[in-house]
Amino acid sequence: MVSFSGVAKRYPGGKEALRDVSFSVAGGEIVFVTGRSGAGKSTLLKLIPAIERPSAGTVLVSGQNIGALRRPAIPYLRRNLGLVFQDQKLLYDRTVFDNVMLPLSFSAHLPKEAARRARAALDKVGLLEREKANPIQLSGGEQQRLAIARAVVNRPSVLVADEPTANLDAESAARVLDIFVAFNQVGVTVLIATHDAALVERYGERVIHLAQGRVA
Amino acid sequence: MRAWLRQHRHALAAALRRLSRAAAVLSALVIGVALSLPVGSYALLEGLRGVTDRLAPEPQISLFLPHEAKRADADLLAARLRADPRISTVRFVSREQALEELQQVEGIAEVVGAIGRNPLPDTLVVSAQAERIPALAAELGKLPGVARVQADAAWAQRLAALEGIGQVGVTLLATLLGVALVAVTFNTIRLQILTQRDEIEVCKLIGATDAFIRRPFYYFGLLQGLLGGAVALAIVAGALSLLNREVQPLAESYGSAFAFAGPRAGDALAVVMTAGVLGWLGAQLSVSRHLRNIEPV
Repeated sequence: MVSFSGVAKRYPGGKEALRDVSFSVAGGEIVFVTGRSGAGKSTLLKLIPAIERPSAGTVLVSGQNIGALRRPAIPYLRRNLGLVFQDQKLLYDRTVFDNVMLPLSFSAHLPKEAARRARAALDKVGLLEREKANPIQLSGGEQQRLAIARAVVNRPSVLVADEPTANLDAESAARVLDIFVAFNQVGVTVLIATHDAALVERYGERVIHLAQGRVA
Repeated sequence: MRAWLRQHRHALAAALRRLSRAAAVLSALVIGVALSLPVGSYALLEGLRGVTDRLAPEPQISLFLPHEAKRADADLLAARLRADPRISTVRFVSREQALEELQQVEGIAEVVGAIGRNPLPDTLVVSAQAERIPALAAELGKLPGVARVQADAAWAQRLAALEGIGQVGVTLLATLLGVALVAVTFNTIRLQILTQRDEIEVCKLIGATDAFIRRPFYYFGLLQGLLGGAVALAIVAGALSLLNREVQPLAESYGSAFAFAGPRAGDALAVVMTAGVLGWLGAQLSVSRHLRNIEPV
């Protein structure tokens, strides 16, 4: 589903974020990407939705070569991915419900069907009763769950989450991770970056550990 | 197809929402005020052209025939002139007719009476296009059987020249303010892109195409232009009706029913459409300039 072979990423200015990274994640797998801040976790995850392009090596996502992807093809790649960001990137000028509706407005869904899907996604993350609230009124954990609802509303085959538990207390973090595990159990491939090794251990799933841009 | 229509409706709705904000309304007002200058000038010019056309329908050349000329000579000459493709009409005015016309002018009747005989010659009045008049007059003067030629083209030409200057002025004004319209739209959309940076970024991250992101801005530019054009027409209509309130009593004192007419329906439509297209152009320029700067690609 996702495979890296010999991937390097240098940023302009010479900073080398990733060096010779190779691994592959099969469909339906759940993988934690761990490592200290600056180890290259975010860069690695940004390569999957083509937010960044590899400087060397090959990144394949559902058979598509990210390095060779033409610009107009990128939106269609991203619709097949569910992205959850550390800073959530919610829109505070609209309701919880409208935030989840946003990805559906790009694609060809009937309004009724879109609303049904949005409510189903909110239900899965336990926010259905908050649909009319503004995201600013939600707690940190709720905001992160809203971000997950937005990521999964298009029923992506791959979920990519960058530090989804970074600013959460232990209980909220566990709840967020449980949601990812639940999606994995219904067949979604999940990649989660986190620096919280203790939390990862509890799940006993596959871990890709990065140190100074290499797989350790 | 239905999905495509839905996407356009979505973009139009977004554009309308943005247009209803105070800043956008003010921009449309600015565009309207700017456009009202050339539109208003054009309406004034058209009104005045109506007046000058009535004053000088078509420039004429008067061919005065010798006193001893007979009616048959005049007819022969007239037939020859009518055959000339440069000449549009030929009218024979007999010396008796000419005298009658002259006597209708106040105060002249007594003068003519004092002379005791008709001093006027038979005349052939020839009309042609203004720019042909000088050459034609010189040529006709040399014809046998023509005593004297008088062309009254000079003042008609001056009037036409003044009208030409007016037209160049209006065109220049329209061009400059058209550029201003594009610039105003460009800037409005630049500000919108700045304030919606987060939304645009999120949309790009979760799979919106460029077309999806750009569409509301195009609609916005188009609608703001159309609105500006409509505002311009309203301003011109209002200004002309104020002006006419003063002009009409003046015109009546000259026995005329003259009043400035607003732009005709076709012209009004053209103004609104042009403003819309220029707005769309400004949006296009602004969007392609500013959207690329928003990461991620």
